[in-house]
Amino acid sequence: MQTHDLEKNFQQKIDAEVKIEPKDWMPDAYRKNLIRQISQHAHSEVVGMLPEGNWITRAPSLRRKLILMAKVQDEAGHGLYLYSAAETLGAGRDDLVMDLLNGKAKYSSIFNYPTLTWADIGAIGWLVDGAAIMNQVMLTRTSYGPYARAMVRICKEESFHQRQGYEIMLTLAKGSPEQKAMAQDALDRWWWPSLMMFGPHDSESTHSEQSMKWKIKRKSNDELRQAFVDATVPQAELIGLKVPDPDLKWNEKRGHYDFGEINWNEFWNVVKGRGPCNKQRLDARRNAWENGAWVREAAMAYAEKKAARRMKQAGEEAA
Amino acid sequence: MKKEWPLWEVFIRSKSGLHHKHVGSLHAADAEMAIEHARDVYTRRNEGVSIWVVESKYITASDPADADPLFEPAKDKVYRHPTFYNLPDEVKHM
Ligand SMILES: [Fe+2]
Ligand SMILES: [Fe+2]
Repeated sequence: MQTHDLEKNFQQKIDAEVKIEPKDWMPDAYRKNLIRQISQHAHSEVVGMLPEGNWITRAPSLRRKLILMAKVQDEAGHGLYLYSAAETLGAGRDDLVMDLLNGKAKYSSIFNYPTLTWADIGAIGWLVDGAAIMNQVMLTRTSYGPYARAMVRICKEESFHQRQGYEIMLTLAKGSPEQKAMAQDALDRWWWPSLMMFGPHDSESTHSEQSMKWKIKRKSNDELRQAFVDATVPQAELIGLKVPDPDLKWNEKRGHYDFGEINWNEFWNVVKGRGPCNKQRLDARRNAWENGAWVREAAMAYAEKKAARRMKQAGEEAA
Repeated sequence: MKKEWPLWEVFIRSKSGLHHKHVGSLHAADAEMAIEHARDVYTRRNEGVSIWVVESKYITASDPADADPLFEPAKDKVYRHPTFYNLPDEVKHM
């Protein structure tokens, strides 16, 4: 078949909601686009463990500590599911990791903000996981089979993440005036970065149009952001916290909340590596990679030695 | 010499009486480690009672480009399905 026919065939499958599987023919640009998006998503899960890991040793109770550890472990698993999905497209795991470590690949900018108080752990679960869920629920229906299946698994695990975060905020909001102030402060700091998680406006987004045509994405950045605002504002009100946006107002006619403009200057600064924790996050990942090198090598050497011993034994028994 | 740990495919039996089902893949130095990693990432919520792992390079897959001729023989054999047969209405269950 000619490339032109293959491409037509491919788009017909997409239009007919037939999933694309690893060995199926696909345009190079579809493959590249997916590897970029899936690996970026995987890096975000992995780097996302750092701000929360920061509070494991200082969680206020054993219950909270166990929950936080379980959540952070889940995020490691999410990273793995996603790296595996990217590998089905022919990307090598180590190459993907190297792209992160040398700054070539991006991860979600939200993780370049610091976790200053315990309330930040609540705000992250509630807002950051909440925003991620909006995106990930959409991606359970993405056109590439392994990515969609990874997302189904991830979404099942995510729902406790958001609930535990909201429960932390609820507990603080019902606590002493200091605790309530702490919860409000965390909301004040995490609200806008959470809205930025959905990316630039549709009109500015470079990958959006093609991704929609290929059904990698099924909703636009602005649609998802609106859905998040609509879902989250009532949750803040319910626990007596105030969303830090003077322009936030219910719009009866639209049936949605109107909200203020994001500080795009800040957004692009953090994307370009000038956020408060970019360097710290990458340094932590580089250290983990370098300090773990001898473990990876020793495990491989041990596995090879065991395999050789088994071969020799089998040989002796046969003789 | 640096070498990437090989890739393994993971199959989980969710409960006795059911087939093992492919759930994903992971890297591990050997089979034992692959099972331990599979336990840690694919059964954190009691999803399994048994795990199979097989190194990905040992799996042979049919080529999707050949799917039509490969599965063609089954396409024109409607008589393999029970609905192909017209029986009198009086025969209620068969
Ligand atoms: Fe996650
Ligand atoms: Fe999460």
